[in-house]
Amino acid sequence: MSESLLHLVPKAEAKQSMKDFKSDQEVRWCPGCGDYAVLAAVQGFMPELGLAKENIVFVSGIGCSSRFPYYMNTYGMHSIHGRAPAIATGLATSRRDLSVWVVTGDGDALSIGGNHLIHALRRNVNLKILLFNNRIYGLTKGQYSPTSELGKITKSTPMGSLDAPFNPVSLALGAEASFVARTVDSDRKHLTEVLRQAADHNGTALVEIYQNCNIFNDGAFEVLKDNEQAKEAVIRLEHGQPIRFGAELDKGVVRDPATGDLEIVTVTPENASRVLVHDAHASSPTTAFALSRLADPDTLHRTPIGVFRSVERPVYDTLMADQLEQAVEQQGKGDLTQLLTGKDTWTVVG
Amino acid sequence: MTSQVSSEAGEALVGEQRSAPATGEHGSAKEVRRLDRVIIRFAGDSGDGMQLTGDRFTSETASFGNDLSTLPNFPAEIRAPAGTLPGVSSFQLHFADHDILTPGDAPNVLVAMNPAALKANIGDVPRGGEIIVNTDEFAKRAMAKVGYETSPLEDGSLAGYRVHPVPLTTLTVEALKDFGLSRKEAERSKNMFALGLLSWMYHRPTEGTESFLRQKFAKKPEIAEANVAAFRAGWNFGETTEDFAVSYEVAPATRAFPTGTYRNISGNLALSYGLVAASRQADLPLYLGSYPITPASDILHELSKHKNFGVRTFQAEDEIAGIGAALGAAFGGSLAVTTTSGPGVALKSETIGLAVSLELPLLIVDIQRGGPSTGLPTKTEQADLLQAMYGRNGEAPVPVVAPRTPADCFDAALDAARIALTYRTPVFLLSDGYLANGSEPWRIPDVDELPDLTTTFATGPNHTLADGTEVFWPYKRDPETLARPWALPGTPGLEHRIGGIEKQDGTGNISYDPANHDLMVRTRQAKIDGIEVPDVEVDDPDGASTLVLGWGSTYGPITAAVRRLRVAGRPIAQAHLRHLNPFPKNLGEVLERYDKIVVPEMNLGQLATLVRAKYLVDARSHNQVNGMPFKAEQLAAALKEVIDE
Repeated sequence: MSESLLHLVPKAEAKQSMKDFKSDQEVRWCPGCGDYAVLAAVQGFMPELGLAKENIVFVSGIGCSSRFPYYMNTYGMHSIHGRAPAIATGLATSRRDLSVWVVTGDGDALSIGGNHLIHALRRNVNLKILLFNNRIYGLTKGQYSPTSELGKITKSTPMGSLDAPFNPVSLALGAEASFVARTVDSDRKHLTEVLRQAADHNGTALVEIYQNCNIFNDGAFEVLKDNEQAKEAVIRLEHGQPIRFGAELDKGVVRDPATGDLEIVTVTPENASRVLVHDAHASSPTTAFALSRLADPDTLHRTPIGVFRSVERPVYDTLMADQLEQAVEQQGKGDLTQLLTGKDTWTVVG
Repeated sequence: MTSQVSSEAGEALVGEQRSAPATGEHGSAKEVRRLDRVIIRFAGDSGDGMQLTGDRFTSETASFGNDLSTLPNFPAEIRAPAGTLPGVSSFQLHFADHDILTPGDAPNVLVAMNPAALKANIGDVPRGGEIIVNTDEFAKRAMAKVGYETSPLEDGSLAGYRVHPVPLTTLTVEALKDFGLSRKEAERSKNMFALGLLSWMYHRPTEGTESFLRQKFAKKPEIAEANVAAFRAGWNFGETTEDFAVSYEVAPATRAFPTGTYRNISGNLALSYGLVAASRQADLPLYLGSYPITPASDILHELSKHKNFGVRTFQAEDEIAGIGAALGAAFGGSLAVTTTSGPGVALKSETIGLAVSLELPLLIVDIQRGGPSTGLPTKTEQADLLQAMYGRNGEAPVPVVAPRTPADCFDAALDAARIALTYRTPVFLLSDGYLANGSEPWRIPDVDELPDLTTTFATGPNHTLADGTEVFWPYKRDPETLARPWALPGTPGLEHRIGGIEKQDGTGNISYDPANHDLMVRTRQAKIDGIEVPDVEVDDPDGASTLVLGWGSTYGPITAAVRRLRVAGRPIAQAHLRHLNPFPKNLGEVLERYDKIVVPEMNLGQLATLVRAKYLVDARSHNQVNGMPFKAEQLAAALKEVIDE
């Protein structure tokens, strides 16, 4: 493991509390919105990170979740639809002493801003991207989103939506992401643990947060939240642990030796040794991708949550800074007179 | 060069080369004639290396000390079908012993590397002009491809021109026979043979080209030496063959230039250097977010070489990300720039609007090209002016600065940075393809005389609440400039949030209050209207009643046309705008002084529309949108009609 890039960000001088991260602005999400829980979790986690709050920046796009920066007592920018990863890239690559967070939604990140998201992931810019996925357009009052299930009846699709949804985790893995995780708004403990690992990651960390929109898509993730149902529906990924779930931990994920694909089996003493042990640090993304495909996109049964992938890979901002240093080493610090003069000159004397 | 001397009237005598007896300095019996100026056009297939040939001849000419102006002209295709008219690439160079303003209307000398090059360019060469033709390429099939049924070299259609038939390819291959190259490889050096021949004809210094070739092909020394040999063979061919009986001297333009050290520079290079200089003068790191687009990409290429100045260049996934990253860097305290051309500006519009709302400094460099849509990527045009002025949703005023010559791109970049930093605003820098690729001599500035662009960041609270609490208000303005404070992340106590939603005056908090929105819209406009720009200067030595008003790259042709008219006894006043938004404060008063106002533009009258709307004057347009700069002679004729009516 190389040194955490967090050491470039100044530390807070005094101990911080959650209150330090609350801005003076009134929070204006709908009562009961999942965003409140995420905001509280982030504000609660920040003191643990212990960074000088003036060196933390939240950048967002457009959408309900993108109001997030206004409520954080840090630096922040509420930008335009889909462009937050691009703007954050400019900030992060020019100011490595900042901890830069992007807050986005399923429409913002995967529809209008899809291009910026995949390129940020491929470059591995040192950004922490929190993707609030509620599978609906909220701020425009209820149209289907690029993560809505096929056939979704909404205001813009009265006979059902026609396009197949994106799986954000699969997409991120395909875009060469070095860190991909999924968590749920209502599980404060799990959410905080994922934030902790994301913050500590060098490079782009994509965290998909299943977030309930109680106005336009209420209960979309209920199967993962209801204690009884969750036991069968949620697969908790923990690095180094066998991937087992179910009320009695009686189900496990194994690899089909014939196809190489993953499948779910009832665990028996005979097949227990075949249950896959989760390796978030595996250099190949193949298994992480296969895990991301386990969930049923309609029912969300067998949905893995946790860190799918966390690997070390060159970080764009570090490479950029290195090149600047190298250029000075090789050519000396830039001399403007020399630059303007160039090689071919002539002199006119009066 | 931009200073005006009367000898420019020589440009009126297109095609005529003033000659004076001179003694041959080569010891040979060949005659040497002295000329005051020459226009040469190299033309060939896209793959023939005409741009390189032109660049090298330009460098030789610059280091000799002539004044010069260049016009590269090439197709958008990298390798258009060989031997076809659309595939012709050319490079025109005008050089003189005095101050000149344009690449010249009509070439005195055309170098045609194939039938297509001859056919595409012969119309521009006046009778009596010299034509050097590569006869090796005039096979029946190649001629038929461009519609020559009979050979123009034999059918008398070139009567009236001084034609030099030279088997350039054969001679080049012959000269390189000891290099062990294939015929095809050897043929590639034929442009260097042509360059050598022209260098002999015009007494150009040759050391620069030889060392350039050795450096360019440092990894392939045998190719370097082959090119040097072809270059020398061309020179020797001129020296020995009887067909070239005369060579020409064009003395250095010593008197046209103020004292100083000079170099040749293209617009895009000058603009790049201007950005590096602005970063140094502002003591801010330069950050370029860009996506490749013709004709702006050279700025990205150039700046990416200067990392040792702390310059960060980010090649983004698209135009929107290019400006997005630049805006993010501006928030973090960089001197932020995005470079593009018209179609890219269209994509960046929403982010420019955000920058207007955030009130952060940002340079948007638009190297204009032919439009609409993809248009003419490699040709010049000035048709993005109204896009720069108005191409955004809502009331989103953006200052607009336009350079007038290639070298002026340096100063214009510094000026645009001054406005952006002083007023915390995005600024448009409107160059164009003609300025970008054209070049001229540039007096290298003394870096100690460059303008001071240092800016101050907010460091602490700037407002006291009624209860005595000291707070930071991100939208509390400087009463003079109306600029808001620039508070960088990392500054303790100034944590604040900004965004594209309307902000409350002062606090910057979200506000949907109608009266506040009205105030903010008017305040943003007032800030731009109040930007300090110098008065426009009027050149009117004769007390004319007609004013010609221009902006941007038309400066050269307009000034050349004005000189012709004055020499011909037609008084005319000239004013040229660098600042299109806001206009200079004296512009209205200047326009009122004249009976007739003509606005020549490479669009359908965009500046004319602006001045008519703002000043209620009867400004009339003179337009050309053919992808090429105005020709001074044609422009002079059009202006003459207005004066005489």
